[in-house]
Amino acid sequence: MSAVSHSESSRGRRTIIIEPPKGWQPLNLRELWEYRDLFYYLVRRDVQVLYKQTVLGFAWAILRPFLSMIIFTFIFGNVAQVTSDGAPYAVFNYVALAPWTYFSTALTMSSMSLVTNANMLTKVYFPRLIFPLSPVVAKLVDFAIACAFIPILLLWFHIRPTWNVIFIPILVIILMMTTAGAGMWLSALGVQYRDVKYATQFMVQLLMYAAPVVWSVTALTARLGHTGRLLYGLYPLAGVIEGFRSALLGTVPMPWDLIWIGAVSATVLFFSGAFYFRRMEAAFADVA
Amino acid sequence: MRDVAIRVERLSKRYRIGVQEEKYETLGEKLIAWLKSPITNYRRLRGLSHFDDRDNHREDVIWALRDVSFQVQEGEVLGVIGRNGAGKSTLLKVLSRITPPTQGRVVLNGRVGSLLEVGTGFHPELTGRENIYLNGSVLGMSKAEIDRKFDEIVAFSGIEKFIDTPVKRYSSGMRVRLAFSVAAHLEPEILLVDEVLAVGDAEFQRKCLGKMQDVAGSGRTVLFVSHNMPAVTRLCHRAILLNQGHLVMDGPAEEVVAQYLADAANTAAARSWDLAEAPGTDELKLTSVSLVNGRQQVASVVSVEDELYLRIGYRVQKPGLRFRCAAKFYTQGVCAFATVEPTETVREKEGTYWSTVKIPPHLLTEGEYWVGISIFSSRGRKIHYVLEDDVIVFQVTDPITGNSARGDYTEPFAGVLRPKLEWRLEHAS
Repeated sequence: MSAVSHSESSRGRRTIIIEPPKGWQPLNLRELWEYRDLFYYLVRRDVQVLYKQTVLGFAWAILRPFLSMIIFTFIFGNVAQVTSDGAPYAVFNYVALAPWTYFSTALTMSSMSLVTNANMLTKVYFPRLIFPLSPVVAKLVDFAIACAFIPILLLWFHIRPTWNVIFIPILVIILMMTTAGAGMWLSALGVQYRDVKYATQFMVQLLMYAAPVVWSVTALTARLGHTGRLLYGLYPLAGVIEGFRSALLGTVPMPWDLIWIGAVSATVLFFSGAFYFRRMEAAFADVA
Repeated sequence: MRDVAIRVERLSKRYRIGVQEEKYETLGEKLIAWLKSPITNYRRLRGLSHFDDRDNHREDVIWALRDVSFQVQEGEVLGVIGRNGAGKSTLLKVLSRITPPTQGRVVLNGRVGSLLEVGTGFHPELTGRENIYLNGSVLGMSKAEIDRKFDEIVAFSGIEKFIDTPVKRYSSGMRVRLAFSVAAHLEPEILLVDEVLAVGDAEFQRKCLGKMQDVAGSGRTVLFVSHNMPAVTRLCHRAILLNQGHLVMDGPAEEVVAQYLADAANTAAARSWDLAEAPGTDELKLTSVSLVNGRQQVASVVSVEDELYLRIGYRVQKPGLRFRCAAKFYTQGVCAFATVEPTETVREKEGTYWSTVKIPPHLLTEGEYWVGISIFSSRGRKIHYVLEDDVIVFQVTDPITGNSARGDYTEPFAGVLRPKLEWRLEHAS
């Protein structure tokens, strides 16, 4: 919000000073922390509301990646014969689709969060960062359910995961930071320019093919060489998805090079998104 | 000495309202405009949040607030009044940090809670219980705070039975009750209230006013934006009047309300017409209507204890007309009472006449009264010479001196009339 500063006066009362906004704002993490209960309830709302009045309920969290897997396995695994690093194509694909589905749904929801919550935006004050961040957390529930299906697939195909699964939380953090970073950028832009909505839908589609969801980075390394691989690693989803495959299927060694580069670019995306959002947020209520 | 709870210093807020569409004459111009539209659209959307100094003189830029300064002491209840578009809501939006000011500064001492609209963040798919937590946290309550007040909130709303039913199955009345109940349990040091009283049925408004009274009595600082003038005069000692973004008056609530009503367009407590525009027929024209007090002064704000005179002036243009005058007094959306001249008398001569009716003290209740005038004859064929609604408006207030029908009762008072009646107490022993 505008240049708002807090201080405790001698009588223990909070003093709030409201002034016109001037350029870049600090992130004000203290205030975010104070609103943690609201954050919790908004996340809860997003989770609770999602599958209300549906027959299949949370089964959709598995069905979506599962049905995509069947189609992709047919097209890319059987027809196009895309290499899957020696693993059965179905499981190779599903292990990528789980984080991908999380990324695409959370990003879409986050980028639209200010528009869909416009009535709240114009009626009450609380740290606006809560809006794009809450879907990033709420969609973890779907993600966890989708991941719960992975052990079943591994059993079915007689695959033993590697010890690298202990690193999966790191991958999830990179994934969340990427989603949140992009979500903050797009939601801040989208509240003023509704073009972002259409651009996001289209971009998410393109990003899926840009990520190693239906294909493997091994093939890309073979074509572009080591430098090309590292450059590709700037796309954080590359390290995350390949990391999932490596940890769960053991097809390739853990791609730490991709993961570290991806972690750096996810961090840059996250903080640039947060600061851009803070800079723009003063005007949200006026343009929403 | 009390501390200052709210200090507003030279506050200004600039908005850009919708830019008007340009018109194109030829197909060629249209085509060029269409090709250029991404650029013009971009400028227009960007312009919603970007301003430069040249913009100040453009007609699509408005100052919703201009150089507004005032202070509110801790524990004071300040009324904010003004016509639609005067800047009242913008003021509250700036104070509640929804939108930033363009210039100036606000210092708030204490936790701020705002009631700009009840039920913000309600989700129809969630149950009443879930919505209490969601809405409560949206309004700034912590989970612990809501846990503590939960039973009280539910009891106040009166919907215990449906607390685990999705809100979408509620009637709109139930939804409003639940929403208000959550809001009413907010306990900030500074409370900003906007027009909550304008929604809901009479029962709900009564509850709101009662709650406002509690808040006002509890030593909290309240900024109260309302169109409900009796509520403002009763709840606030002081009020400010905004007009086109400027603060035009700051003083005792009664005086500011009186000024506001006097400003309110042509419909004041007195109205007169030139013959050319006067309502009526060729035979009879209504020329003036006014409400005066015992000192023969036109009064737009009167006390329930005042004796009042409604004076109807009319010009008879055809001698020997037989008719009577009548007036209807409307308040709270209903006709409180009507009064007619007891007989139809003949006005023998041409010229201007006045018919005056005395309204005794302790008859009207607090609030706004609109007066409609008719002049008619119902002997034989019914002829209406004048039939005008909402001719004048005036405001009745109760200073609560103990002499009115209220006695020392200070809470909201139902009814469209408030006669002062005698009570007797008897004991059976």
